[in-house]
Amino acid sequence: MTITTKEGDHAYTTQPAKILAMKDLTEDTRYFKFKFLDESIVEEDYKPGQFAIMSLPGVGEAVFSISSPPTRTDFIEFGVRKVGSFTEALFNLKVGDIVNLRGPYGDGFDMESLGGKDLIIVSGGLGAIPLRSVLLYVEDRREEFNQVFFLNGARSPADMLYRDDIIAMAQRGIIESHLSVDKDDTGEWPYNEGVVTTLFPKIVDRVVSEKTTAIICGPPIMYKYVIQELLKLKIPKDQILMTLERRMKCGQGHCGHCAIGGRYTCLEGPVFTYYDVQHIKELI
Amino acid sequence: MKTYKMSKDRFPEFIELIKTKGQLFGPVKGNGHYSFEKIEKFEDLDFDYQRTVIGPKKFLTPSRYPTLRYDKTGQSDVFVSDEPQIVIGVHPCDIHGINILDRLFLGNIKDPYYEKRRNNLIIIGHSCFPDENCICKSTGTDMVEDGFDLFFTELEKHYLVWVGSDKGLSIAIEAENLLSEEISEEDIQDYVRWQQKRSGMFKSEIPSFKYLADIIHLNYDSKVWDQFGEKCLSCGTCSLVCPTCNCFNVEDRINMNAEDGYRERILDSCTLPYYSMVAGNHDFRPDRTARLKLYYTHKLKEYIGKWGQPSCVGCGRCVTFCPVDINVITVSEALFGEVCENQEVCD
Repeated sequence: MTITTKEGDHAYTTQPAKILAMKDLTEDTRYFKFKFLDESIVEEDYKPGQFAIMSLPGVGEAVFSISSPPTRTDFIEFGVRKVGSFTEALFNLKVGDIVNLRGPYGDGFDMESLGGKDLIIVSGGLGAIPLRSVLLYVEDRREEFNQVFFLNGARSPADMLYRDDIIAMAQRGIIESHLSVDKDDTGEWPYNEGVVTTLFPKIVDRVVSEKTTAIICGPPIMYKYVIQELLKLKIPKDQILMTLERRMKCGQGHCGHCAIGGRYTCLEGPVFTYYDVQHIKELI
Repeated sequence: MKTYKMSKDRFPEFIELIKTKGQLFGPVKGNGHYSFEKIEKFEDLDFDYQRTVIGPKKFLTPSRYPTLRYDKTGQSDVFVSDEPQIVIGVHPCDIHGINILDRLFLGNIKDPYYEKRRNNLIIIGHSCFPDENCICKSTGTDMVEDGFDLFFTELEKHYLVWVGSDKGLSIAIEAENLLSEEISEEDIQDYVRWQQKRSGMFKSEIPSFKYLADIIHLNYDSKVWDQFGEKCLSCGTCSLVCPTCNCFNVEDRINMNAEDGYRERILDSCTLPYYSMVAGNHDFRPDRTARLKLYYTHKLKEYIGKWGQPSCVGCGRCVTFCPVDINVITVSEALFGEVCENQEVCD
């Protein structure tokens, strides 16, 4: 996906995309796969962690993290939780229906600059949506990175986003994956039980602090405890990357809603470092 | 900058000429307040004013306007027509306000709706004398060098007419018979006397305005914010009248026929409830204190970091219109007071 620059296009021009597939991920979260009708649009021109804005005439516009990696072209994927009027309308659409998209926006994870590094990727809850883009990118270009650890937390097996995909990924073993649920109410969960931080003992011995970049996304409460673990491992604060959520209307630094101090999350975020968090008031 | 002189009695002829260029708007008094309204004849204009309720931002980023129309067959952008709008009588502070909006909307990412309006707008400035709420001298925006097409400085017997753009120059060339290029030594003396008179008329000031960014930074946790937050009504008047407040919301409207509809932008304010609320009802700024702090921090501190100057142009509208006296003067005074009281760094 890329902002097109055809004659007459402008910053708010949307591109129609067709729903190729959708699948329920949890009770209230659904996966969507889109393909642009205009075949000249290249779907790979974005960074993991960037977001797009969907538009449905009569309903409005809303912001969603891109869930597919730029390494896989010809389609673009999203994970969407039904929480408001826009997502309600989106969930009522069928395969083949059209949604208008614009983007990509924001400053994502600069994967190229992380080449040769160790990565610790920590996901909790909905964090799996943007981090799926990171994980698939790393799987597709595994040789560019050194050690890669993935720690995933969910409330229960039923609440785990992309559950089958993540379990399959753990089994492929391209990325060393450790999975946990806070509470297993099925009795059939074969992996760890406990909050995501209980997975750290599985990797601590092998972490080389200064070579490691941590990429985390999850609910606000998770950041606090995961960052404590990462600091214990002496990961430098500017090598702890996290992606944050704010209200956005325009995606281009004009509407003002995502302002944190003088920064616009839509331009300078949504990816920030822990160093930023410590020095920018109100970030988390 | 090219400068001409115009005799005051020729001004009505100039208004007739400028009216042929597009829709003319200018300051008009009504209901006890001034506003920029459509001008039919010279007599409608009243240049003896301090501030309109809403500044010229209403021509560039109106409080409500459609951006997209759609029906069941498709959608199309909504842009204003090409007909020029001319606004006359704009004061220096408001021209600075437009310059600040231009930097935001016409920077790296151009806003197409703003750009179209801006290209269609001809700005003719007019000099003014301050009242007790004007603080443009403190904010350094009492004079203006760019951002206008023409600017009229009203002296005793005549106007000095400053040309600020190619568009302005074309108008001046067309108005050749009303203008003179002969500016005498006496005219310059007149201008200097005018400047001195005006400069001496300011009654309000914000001392050390340029140091405010640091003071706000140091006072992030000050109880001053809670005191103002307690008083604030979250009515949004400050944003409505501020010439640089431009935050907008976007909403879709379906027409009554349920066949078609439109998307519109609506002026928003960070002081209003739900400004920072995301889907799922998590509100990043649920209380008035947090929202008011964003308003003043963004305007008076963060803009300096980003653009080198605050986004307050000293027009005095917040001073005049806030119903509970929260404005750039009272906020800065309280913050400076806080520093003086607690840290003994002031004289």
